This record gives sequence, C-alpha cells and structure tokens, in this order.
Amino acid sequence: MSTKESTFVTGDLVNCRIGESKTEGSFITCRDGMAVVKLESGYNIGVPEGDCSLISRPEIMESAEPAEAEQNQNLPQVTIVSTGGTIASKIDYRTGAVTSQFRATDILHAIPGLASIARFRAIQLCNILSENMTPAIWQQLARAIYEEIKGGAEGVIVTHGTDTMAYSAAAISFMVQTPVPIIFVGSQRSADRPSSDNLMNGLCAAKTAISELGEVAVVMHANTSDDICAIHRGTRVRKMHTSRRDAFQSHGTHPIGIVAYPDLTVSLSPEAMKRGSRSLTLADNLEEQCALITYYPGMDPAILSAYTGYKGIVLSGTGLGHVSSRFIERLSDLIRDGMTVVMTSQCLNGRVCDRVYDTGRDLLSIGVIEGEDMLPEAALVKLMWVLGNATSPEQAREMIQESLVGEIDRRSVA
Amino acid sequence: MTQLPTDYEGLGLIAGLEIHQQLNTKTKLFCRCPTTIREADEASGEFFRYLRATRSELGELDRAAEEEMMQVRRFRYLQYDSTCLVENDEEPPTPLNREALDIVLTIAKLTGMSPVPEIHTMRKLVIDGSNTSGFQRTALVALHGHLPSGSIIETVCLEEEAAQRLEDATFSLDRLGIPLIEITTAPCLHTPEAVQETAALIGMYLRSTGRVKRGIGTIRQDVNVSIRDGGRVEIKGVQELDLLAEVVRREVRRQVELLAIRDELIARGATVETEPVDVTHLFKESGSKILKKAKKILAIRLNGFAGLVGREIQPGRRLGSEMSDYAKKCGVGGLFHTDELPAYGVTEEEVKTLKSALSAKVDDCVIIVADTPEKCRCAIKQIIRRANLAFEGIPKETRKMLDEGSTAYMRPLPGAARMYPETDVLPVRITNEDWEKLNLPELLIDKIERYMRDYRFDREVARQIAYSERSLAFEEAVTAGIKASIAERAFNSTLRELSRDGVNVDAVSDVSIRNVLNAIQEGKAAKEAMPSLLTAIAEGKNLEEALSTLAPAVSASDLDGIVKRVVEERIGFVREKGASAAGPLMGVVMKEVRGSVDGKAVSQALQAAIAKVLNV
Repeated sequence: MSTKESTFVTGDLVNCRIGESKTEGSFITCRDGMAVVKLESGYNIGVPEGDCSLISRPEIMESAEPAEAEQNQNLPQVTIVSTGGTIASKIDYRTGAVTSQFRATDILHAIPGLASIARFRAIQLCNILSENMTPAIWQQLARAIYEEIKGGAEGVIVTHGTDTMAYSAAAISFMVQTPVPIIFVGSQRSADRPSSDNLMNGLCAAKTAISELGEVAVVMHANTSDDICAIHRGTRVRKMHTSRRDAFQSHGTHPIGIVAYPDLTVSLSPEAMKRGSRSLTLADNLEEQCALITYYPGMDPAILSAYTGYKGIVLSGTGLGHVSSRFIERLSDLIRDGMTVVMTSQCLNGRVCDRVYDTGRDLLSIGVIEGEDMLPEAALVKLMWVLGNATSPEQAREMIQESLVGEIDRRSVA
Repeated sequence: MTQLPTDYEGLGLIAGLEIHQQLNTKTKLFCRCPTTIREADEASGEFFRYLRATRSELGELDRAAEEEMMQVRRFRYLQYDSTCLVENDEEPPTPLNREALDIVLTIAKLTGMSPVPEIHTMRKLVIDGSNTSGFQRTALVALHGHLPSGSIIETVCLEEEAAQRLEDATFSLDRLGIPLIEITTAPCLHTPEAVQETAALIGMYLRSTGRVKRGIGTIRQDVNVSIRDGGRVEIKGVQELDLLAEVVRREVRRQVELLAIRDELIARGATVETEPVDVTHLFKESGSKILKKAKKILAIRLNGFAGLVGREIQPGRRLGSEMSDYAKKCGVGGLFHTDELPAYGVTEEEVKTLKSALSAKVDDCVIIVADTPEKCRCAIKQIIRRANLAFEGIPKETRKMLDEGSTAYMRPLPGAARMYPETDVLPVRITNEDWEKLNLPELLIDKIERYMRDYRFDREVARQIAYSERSLAFEEAVTAGIKASIAERAFNSTLRELSRDGVNVDAVSDVSIRNVLNAIQEGKAAKEAMPSLLTAIAEGKNLEEALSTLAPAVSASDLDGIVKRVVEERIGFVREKGASAAGPLMGVVMKEVRGSVDGKAVSQALQAAIAKVLNV
C-alpha cells in the first residue's frame, strides 16, 4: 500500500466529481491514488484524487486532552503497564487500519469501571503490536514490574497484544518472583467496537490484580459469552484461536481461577500460588541465542546449520517427542559442541516420553532433555532464562527438568 | 379531536423514503453462510453479550447510542448450524460479497445513478443488541439517480441485515448479515400518496432484478416526515406498502397537534418543575397493584399542562404516550398522569391527595412513575426532558410503527458521529468494466406490456405472471414451444386456484410444472388433467405416479371403443337429440378417460360416432 504526498490535508472540505454528479465531503487521506472522503452522511468513499477540488480548509480544532481520571486514594494501588495491543487500539486514518496508539492513561478512560476497583498508576513501557515483541523488551518489562512492586504496587496489570502474550507471561514468570498478582490482559476484538472484550477482560484483570493470587497469570474470556474470565497460569497458557474471545486456554492443567462477570467475584483454585507466599526477586538475565524449531516430516537436517552458535534449541517434535533419525545425527554434533536441546511435543497436550520408541531412546542417548509436559513456547522462554542464569550445563539440565514456577506438572491431570 | 389534515402542500409536508430490501444471494454479505431464515427451535446454541457505546474517531458519542446505554442490557443470541463465527462477532468479516454488490450496482444503473469509484465499508453504531458487533456494516455504492415519476434517488447502499429480535433482549442470528440494499430518496415527496406510490415504484425496480428476497419482512420502508415548523422524524420498519400513506397522514397530524399543544403551553405560560416529589407513602393501600407494590413512586408537576398531556395527537396516542416512551428507556413500564386519572385502580380520593401533595392547581398535570428508586429517578428525568421539548414543538426522533400506522418514540435521530470505517474490510474499486458489463433486467412494467402484446393476456393476468417468481420458468416453457395460454395456466392461474383450495403449491417446483406441460404437449395427458396432476405432485407424488392414476394411457382405438359404447348405451337419447347429444355425452366420456385425452379429441370422436349412428 503506497501513501504518496497529497495536495489535500486531513479535514479539507472538497468537491468530488462522481460520474455526472458532484458531491461534497471532508478529505481524510490519500491511499493508492484514491482520496478517501467522508460525506456529510458519515459514509466514506474513495475518489481519484484528480476528481477532487478544494473548497476550503477549515481551521483545525485541537481536541482537548482528556482530564486525568479521578482516583480513590483508599483503594489498593495497582500499576498498569501498557505495551500496546488490541486492548488499547484505535483507527489510524493514514492507513485505515486498527493500530495500538493509546497511552496507558487512556485505558482508564476506555474502561470507566476500573476506577472503583483500585487506584491506578499507569506506565507506558512501549507501544508495539505484540508480534514485534523481543526478549529485550521482556527484560525491560520485568525490571519495570519489579520496580513497581518494590515501590508498593499491590498488583500489576500488563496490557499486551494477544499474539505473543503467552510468551511474555512465561518470560515474566521466570524473571520476576512475585508476591503479588501480575496479570496479563488483552482483547481479541478491537477496543473501538461496542462488543469489544476489552472492557470485561480489563475489569476482571483488575479484580484479579487485587485478589489473593501471588503469581503471573493471563486473564481473558473463558468462553464466547460475557460471563466468565479464566485465570491462566502464565507458563501454561496458549492462544488457541486466531480470533475468538476464549482463545486463551490452559494446557496440561486447569485454569487457576475464574472471575465471574459482571459481579467480578474472583475464585482461585487450591493450586494457585497465594499472595505473599514468595518474596520479591528479579533475575532478568536471558540467553537470547535460543530457538524453537517445529519438526515436520522430511525436514532437512541442514536447516540446523543455521543455528550454529546458538546456545539452546527447543524442538517441537512429533507425538511423544520425536524427530527423524537423520535429524538425530546432526543434533548429536550440536550437543557435543555444547548446545542444550530440549524436546517438547507439537501435540501440546500430554507429556514427552522418549523412552518408548527407539528414536526417543536415541535422542536421550545423544543428550536431548525431555521437556516433560511443558508447552513449546514456555520451554523456549525457560531455556533462555535457564541458560542466562545457570552456572553450569549440569545445573541447566536440572533446572530444565524441574518445575520452577508451575510450568511443569509431575502428574498429568488434564 | 381535530380532523386529519388534508392540505399537505399548505402544511409544507416534506417526506423521503428509505427502502431496505433483502437480496437473494447464495451467501451473506460478509461471511459464507447461507441466507436462510430458521425457526428458533432449530437453534444449535446460544450465548450472552453486553454492548456499550464507543466514541467515534472524532471523539463524539452518538446521541442515539448514548440513549440506548441508559440501561445495561444482557443480550442473548441464538446460533444455528447455518451461522458462523462472523455472526457471533468472533471472526473478522470476509471480503464483501460480489454477488450482492452486483445486484446493487444493477439497481443503480437502472435508475441512472453514478457508482462510487471506490466503495468503503463503514460501521454504523447500533447498540440495541440487533448486531453482535454493536455496529451494522454498510457501504455507499452509488449516488444521484431518478425515477420516471420525477423522484430523486440520493443514494443506494449495501448493508448487512440485523439479527431478528425474538423478544426483548433475545436475538436470532440467522438473519444477521443477509445483504440488504438501502435506497434513499431525496426529501422530494409532498403528499402521503406520493410516498406510497414512490415506494411501490422502487419495489417494482427491485423485483425486476429477480434477485431479491420475497415474503413478509424481506422489505421494510422507513419514511422521513416533517412539516413546516415541525421536525424531521424517521419512522422505521413499515412492512406493509399499503400502510405507508396512512403512516405519513398520521405523522402529519401528530406534528400539527404537537405544534398546537406548544402554542397552547406558551399561551398558558406553562412550566415544568425540576425536582420530583416522593409520593410512595400515598399509595400504600392503593387499589392499583403496580403502585401498591412499588418500591418507589416519584411525582413531577407540570404547571399549566392539564388537559394537554391527555390530548390525542394520533389515534391511540397522546402527549402522555410520548412522555411514557421516553420514561421506558429507563426500564420502567410506563407512567400515570392526572389527565387520565382516576383509572387503573387509582381512586378519585388518591388523585386528590396526590395533587394536594404536589400543590397542583386545576391547570396543572401531575405525572407519577413507580419502580425501583434508581429507575424512577431516571424516568422522571426523561419525563422532564420530554415535557420541556413540548415547548419547542417536534423533537427530531427515530420512531417505530405501531399497528395501523401510529408511531412510538424509539430514540433520537442518530448523527454522522455513529459512522466510522470498518477496518477489517478492504475497499472495493468499481471499474468501468464492472459497470459496463452489468446486464440490466427488463422492468416488470415493460414485461407486463410485452405479455399483453405477445401473448394477448389481459393486464391483470400479465401482471400476475410478470410479478410471479415463476415468470422465468413460464417464459422458458413458451420459448420451448408450449402454448402461452396453457403455460400461463400451469404457472399462474391453476396454481392460484389450487392455493386458494388449500393445496401447498410451494411444494411444486418449476421443473415439475414444466414436466406436466411436456406431458400434455406429448399427448400423455389432457390439459383438463392439469389441476389434479399438480395437486398430486404437491402431495408428494412424482409425475409418473400421477399420470398412471390420473391420466392412464388411452389409445385412439381405446377412445373410439369407449365412445362407441357410450353412444350405444344411450342410443335412445342420441336419436332423440340428434347431433346436439354430443355436448351432454362429453362429460360421460371425459370421466371414463380420466384426463388422459384432450377434450377436443373426445368431442371429435363423439361427433363422428353420433353421425355414424344417425347415418348422416
């Protein structure tokens, strides 16, 4: 899509020739040689720019900044860290697309009910679509959250685009040992629509942020209706649908709680870590030279040479945790050269077991580590963290197979 | 009660139409679901949602949306195996349906409009629950056309149909997303009759395409009405064409009456109090159940309004009804006003106490509402608002039609603030080539003339067949060599008669009618057997079965045998009557051949046999 310089500026009153007739409207933008013009009726139409002529250029009315939202000082203090995403998005007239460009304070205006739940501090860490998230930003996020909790926040809400929210939630789970709830929330349907799930998700997240929870969680719709939000453990959750409100689902375990809507009652499961049960620490080292590789039939082992120099690889293998025999030979070389290789399953549900078939035994014998019932993405993030913090390969191996923050269950219950 | 006004020109009547017609496309406008209407008991599931008003890109909150937000409502949606995640507002829309666009462009071209070079789909904020997303997708397709009557068409739009409201806050998703064409005329109509005639004319254009849905609810007319000094009012959802003129007449009368009330209020120096009075305690022992059990009853005094709140402004409607409509937005059931009391179990004594509690004078009117404290306060505010609007005349409103053509308040007229771009749908260019290649259908009015000319039908029959869904099949049959008069009977007159007799003619496909016609053409059945054959098919028989029971094969020699026997059995009668015996014997023979032989052949055979007997 090309946007070339236009002779008009947004807001110009223009006359457009359409066939035999003429119509007036307000110039919005120019896209691919077409002027987008808003008619008095509110409709937009596209007209070749050459068929438009300027009538007048009205003075631009600066819209007043919304006033700071009033806050009740008697309520618990919660920090909202905004990273961008659909929960805080609006229309960009330049491209006509939805982009995230709200500031954190705008969220308070967008979700008026928040003010009666807590007293909010808002920080805008970044403003990106979540596909542009990086491990470096996870680290900034971890530090910001740590500082807020240290500074007295009784809960933290992170607004995040849903695409990679599960990765970020897992990253913060490992980097920040938290005594208070750190709640990731987003919306699947854009905030500019009356049916957006941002309102309900936002309110449920806020209630969870002041609840008795003491860990990192994702709070999103539990089903398609506006009646329950699920609280998912940050390391066990995955986006399982491109567009549905209830895209986020826990794997290998049940959600650690629910929030009823609209009464906003929070119910936590016995497995949920409780507020105050851990003391606050930050361990924000990450080894970024790690990769997640999904194996597919016939995959050329030569692909692995692209990862030369990497410190770790998580394989998303088939079934119980397999790759082809040809692949194993090449992996063996990499492990011998010092790479840590963790096996997970593209089944997503269930536990890796490389002791059943020969291929699996071969994998174990070359030193591949079974990733238990970890989700591949959570395993990747964990590997980055473990390699960033372990003092020896042996310690790294132990940490990978140990459940650090609930990312592994010893018993398969779901 | 004043008479309905008749001098519409003198009153400065200005009216315009918006016609919404469902298009008969294979799939919906923004998903690939069929455009099939379902029964509620076929639903495969349901879900619940809340909606709230969002600000437009200009930061404004639409006033119509704002009013819908006065109550938080939980909407229930029924889904079907013929609906998908797009209707559920759980998936982005597919690209705009080109089949639907093609139909809209065809109408645009038929009426001399200019297509928009690039179509942009917009979101029109609608938060009454009828759209799961909270907006209706709509796109302006063409501008500036005209009808032969001289009426101007301002715009045609392509929009998605809303979900069907089953009751209160329950909606059925089968209808959501069916393509609709919206045709908007200029405010160029000046009599109630012109409104109705223009709607009929537009309806004819729509039907001419042969690609619009038919049946109740598939076409809806909205009419915009104002008179000089009045206000623009949009009346939504008139489904019966025949009621349009009456709706306009009644709206004109309503505006005339409200202006008269305004003048009277000003003359009386009327005013509206600003603070309600709590009168809950006055009705603790009331004979009115509503008042007796109410948690809260609030009253407001309208000074100088006595007699005007209860004055009729439309059949069955008073100024009080208008206030009641406003109050209902807060969730109350309605209101009581002293112009209509004592009534509804409220005694004269209670009215007296009420009036004295409010210090109301003879000229004043007192209005009470009963419900929860919160709803009461909201409702009183609305009543005060509407009472104050009475001094201005006619509020600009969207209204809904009631039975017989009176109307009730729905919401304020929406503004342009409720439109913003549908960012999930890419714009669509209309090229010259798209425009040139459109095949324009023959208008139904032209078709009627052609049928009269070519087939010698009278106007009514020509009209019936031209407007019929079977007109295409009829023409195909004629082109294939079937006699027009016989084809007409099969596709029109006979079906009408059978339908009147309770036969389910919808079950008879065009193909089976055509097969019956072919059988007659080939001499396998007489045309006289057509009604019984079609009835049998409607009852589920196939043509072969129907022919074997209703028109068994009768050869020429069989016929001669039957005729010979009939004549011989009645030889005395034949000798007595001579050649004219043929007439009465026709029925006897026809009964025996049971519709297998054409009447003409029977007649000839009879005449020959009689001649032989008489040795002529």
